[in-house]
Amino acid sequence: MIELTDVSKVYPGGVTALDHVSLRIPAGEIHGIVGRSGAGKSTLIRCLTGLDKATSGTVRIHGTDIGAATGSQLKKARRSIGMVFQHVNLLDSRTAAQNIAHPLEISGVPRQRRRERVAELLQLVGLTDRADNHPAQLSGGQKQRVGIARALAAEPQVLLCDEPTSALDAATTRQILGLIRQLREKLGITVIIITHEMSVVREICDAVSLLEDGRVARSGNLLEVISDSSSSLSRELISLPPTTHLAPGEQLIDVLLTPGGEVTHIGELVNLLQSQGLPAEVAAGSIETIQDHQVGRLHLKPQDPYSAQRTVETLTSAGVQAELLTAEDIAAEEAAQHAEDPAEVTS
Amino acid sequence: MTATLVAGDTWLNNPVVENQLPDAILETLYMTAATGFFTALFGLPLGILLHNLGPKGLTPVPALYRALSLVVDFGRAVPFIVLMLWIIPFTRLVVGTAIGWEAAVVPLTVGAIPFFARLVENSLRDVAWGKVEAVRMMGASDLHVTVNVLVREGLPGIVGGFTITLVTLISYTAMAGAVGGGGLGQLAINYGYHRYQGDVMLICVLLLVLIVTVVQYTGNFIARRLDHRESSAAGRRRFIPVPVQQVFPIHLPSRGTPS
Repeated sequence: MIELTDVSKVYPGGVTALDHVSLRIPAGEIHGIVGRSGAGKSTLIRCLTGLDKATSGTVRIHGTDIGAATGSQLKKARRSIGMVFQHVNLLDSRTAAQNIAHPLEISGVPRQRRRERVAELLQLVGLTDRADNHPAQLSGGQKQRVGIARALAAEPQVLLCDEPTSALDAATTRQILGLIRQLREKLGITVIIITHEMSVVREICDAVSLLEDGRVARSGNLLEVISDSSSSLSRELISLPPTTHLAPGEQLIDVLLTPGGEVTHIGELVNLLQSQGLPAEVAAGSIETIQDHQVGRLHLKPQDPYSAQRTVETLTSAGVQAELLTAEDIAAEEAAQHAEDPAEVTS
Repeated sequence: MTATLVAGDTWLNNPVVENQLPDAILETLYMTAATGFFTALFGLPLGILLHNLGPKGLTPVPALYRALSLVVDFGRAVPFIVLMLWIIPFTRLVVGTAIGWEAAVVPLTVGAIPFFARLVENSLRDVAWGKVEAVRMMGASDLHVTVNVLVREGLPGIVGGFTITLVTLISYTAMAGAVGGGGLGQLAINYGYHRYQGDVMLICVLLLVLIVTVVQYTGNFIARRLDHRESSAAGRRRFIPVPVQQVFPIHLPSRGTPS
């Protein structure tokens, strides 16, 4: 269990990086923390590890107050946290096996036990044949696997991942996320993933928190957050490809399909509309299965204002969130998304 | 005042070559080795201290860093030949004399320590901070991080810096020769220059160049061996040993399996 209570961090010079952040992450959960660069993600992780001290509030990891711990106490607490970095940060002078053994050396594990554990970990991440390679001889994905094995070496209860896949290509990202999920299932560890990639959150997280200007803007179970169509996080998590240009005055119906309503599949939604004699021309759509539930967002193109109105009514009465959008609404939304792009590159 | 290359029938038959050259070579080697040893002994810790007290160190103490920096820069600013003369009383205190190669080791070491310390500091600064934080996150002490991350990861750079220091030292040993330090430098000055013995001059120059080359190549070789960084992997590949048969095109009798 990771518990942040009213944590604030003000850097010398007056920059408030964290502003009364409270979070509870139960044991065994994979929790995503998203936000633009400068939102406080890095500061949050530094406070969790004790690399930075919170100005006020408490950070507890499995009962240990990280902020109050010093010296050997802090070192001990850190040994119960495994950390995975965007740039992996392996030591170039050590082989894969030696890098993985490093936390065990620091904890004073005897050589023989160390060797056994390293062999176990190499097998766990599927790199047994790469034990004696130096990081320079490994691919990006292989390096990150070594990084994960190293983070797990001292059998931590918590795995902190700081942008673990941001430097990897899509296929490798999938492998690494699959590995993290598999590790959670096998070892029951709590995982925090800091990321700016919504796909990572969709694919692996049980719960997600959105940081904005140092505050938790939204936090909760992944499906709950997505189901709340009023939150910007929902739109970012299930984002749509750009819709073809609308002429001024034309309308679109924005539909958010979430579990909990009468309609739980996209097929049912189409059937429902057709049973009412309404066309269901899809301009854009994005459908995912998250935690075994179908979740989707569609832009439907109505034939005329009358059928548009009826479509919205039909869907709403069936428990599906639907609203009418004009060309101006869509342009505004796209502009907001584009404003975030540079931030994503630098974070 | 160019040394003439034509010295009649004494060219290379010079008794100086026979009687004094072997000792001079040894003196130069001793001076370099002893100075190198003490420079590493004091310069490495000083460089580590500089780095760790500095703005990017493990335990920054700005005031102490500035003070230490000032001392180091002072040591580097004083021209070696002046330093050598200036600290003669100190040299006498340490080795009991101000003449001979043993005495020259003192000012050479004093001059080389700040030079090497700065190079060490630079090498440590090049070690990615992410590595330091990663190992700190494992619950490591500052001492462990210094030894296993900073020094170990910075070792190729430190070895490179030590090589540069040694090469610089060899040229300084020649300067020490001007004030009775001995070695090839003194031989070149006393005979090659003052007595116009061109052969002595030429031999001293060639030997100094040879020593410097050997030191430089050895240093490069060790640094390359220690370096596992990605950026230098391409450079390392060029030095993969060529199979013997390719260098000497001879055909070794093969122990082919009986078929």
